[in-house]
Amino acid sequence: MIRFENVGLRYGMGPEILRDLSFDIAPQSFQFLTGPSGAGKTSLIRLLFMSLKPTRGLIKVFNRDMSQIGKQEIPILRRKIGVVFQDFRLLDHLTTYENVALPLRVVGKDEADYRADVMELLRWVGLGERMHVLPPVLSGGEKQRAAIARALITRPDILLADEPTGNVDPPLARRLLRLFIELNKLGTSVIIATHDIALLEQVDARRMVLADGRLSIFD
Amino acid sequence: MARIQKTSPGAGSAGKPAGSRKPAKRRIQKPRATAPTPQSTNSTKLRPTAPIVPPQSVAGRALTLVVAIMSFLACLTVGAVSIVWDAADAWQNDLVREITIQIRPVDGIDMLREIDKAVALTQEFPGIGAVRALSDAETKALLQPWLGEGLDLEGLPVPRLIQIIVDDPGRLDLIQLRTAIGDNISGASLDDHSVWTARLSAMAGAVVLSGIAVMALVLASMILSVVFATQAAMAGNRDVVSVLHFVGAEDTFIAREFQRHFLVLGLIGGISGGLCAIACFVLLDMVTRQTTGQAGSDQFSALFGSVSVSLPGYLGVFGVVFIVAVLTALTSGLAVKAHLAKGD
Repeated sequence: MIRFENVGLRYGMGPEILRDLSFDIAPQSFQFLTGPSGAGKTSLIRLLFMSLKPTRGLIKVFNRDMSQIGKQEIPILRRKIGVVFQDFRLLDHLTTYENVALPLRVVGKDEADYRADVMELLRWVGLGERMHVLPPVLSGGEKQRAAIARALITRPDILLADEPTGNVDPPLARRLLRLFIELNKLGTSVIIATHDIALLEQVDARRMVLADGRLSIFD
Repeated sequence: MARIQKTSPGAGSAGKPAGSRKPAKRRIQKPRATAPTPQSTNSTKLRPTAPIVPPQSVAGRALTLVVAIMSFLACLTVGAVSIVWDAADAWQNDLVREITIQIRPVDGIDMLREIDKAVALTQEFPGIGAVRALSDAETKALLQPWLGEGLDLEGLPVPRLIQIIVDDPGRLDLIQLRTAIGDNISGASLDDHSVWTARLSAMAGAVVLSGIAVMALVLASMILSVVFATQAAMAGNRDVVSVLHFVGAEDTFIAREFQRHFLVLGLIGGISGGLCAIACFVLLDMVTRQTTGQAGSDQFSALFGSVSVSLPGYLGVFGVVFIVAVLTALTSGLAVKAHLAKGD
């Protein structure tokens, strides 16, 4: 689904922060992306999400060479990728329900067509009673689950989660991890960027370790 | 979206995900115990969907006021142009409907006979209403300011005038009339006031052009204000734009979300300015009517007629309101697209 070949990234004229990254994200695979803080995990997530362009190397997203993808096509490809950010990025003026429904709204779906699905998903992530609430009122864990629900509402082929357990307590972190595993079983490729060792130890999954800009993969 | 099926996130057990497994049916199951019945789904009341871009973050009252003022000025310009245009049209009509034949004294020619011939000849032309030679008394009255009282017309070589009222300017062939008068009447010439009508046309054209220039400047200022306001709104909503991008929104969708707010703002500002301008026109009309008969206002009325904005003027105001609203929305849409393109 996503293929990196000798990818390098630098910001401006600075040093190369990602060097010679080569890997594949297979369909329905599950992997952790780990490494110390500042190792470039978020930059790699942004490359995967086409929000950054590599300074060298080849990236293929859904068999399309990223350098050949037109500006108009990027939003369409992004709809196949769900992203959960560490800082949630929920819109404070929209309710939990409206935040989760946002990806469907931007593709022009009618609210009557998606209302039941959004409510169902919110109940599934345990936010059934909080769907009318604005994000500032939600707890960290609730925001995290709302962000995850928003990433899942369009049934993406790939889910990218950047430190999804960074703001929650260990029991909730375990719950969220089980949610990702469940999603993966249902066909979504999952990439979780984390430096939470406890989280890594809970699942026997592929580990991509970033250190000094280089990537080591442990299958 | 998938129907949510089977286990909830809390119910699953951690384990190695089956990478090689046949892809499961993409429907997430939900435990039966918590499955929402159609009744429970329908009973949940939701507020009307909020706009993606918060209205209060787009532009405040200041921009609405700027748009209203610009719209007001543009409408006033339209009204002023309409008044001058109508006045120029009225002057032109009056001039076109009256022409004059001047007969100068020529040695050995009986001027009175030439006047009678000219009157008879003119009356034969189609489109002529009335033909009348100015009497001695009227001629004396015309010359009185320069030559004084008790003038003897017989003793002076004074030209005489024939006033012609044209009924239908479309039917009258002025060139033919001029030729006939020149050929048959000694010392006669025809004055159709074309010099004056040409000057009036030029003046009216200049006023209209000036009005268009003023309106263009006013609208250009408004467009620049909207561009700055849009850029400020984009900067203030950077987070919203970023979220919209990562959920797969296209630039046109984002531009439309901003454009919608600016269209409403443009309509409110445009209508407010237009209504104020219409109030001014009505007030001007009332004041003009009330002061009729006073020395100053009579001179003003003589120059500009009734000094009231006509129907085309009011239609122009509606046109300005429409243009202001559309320009505001279009400008903001283009500014958003330019901003997004610059950000890539």
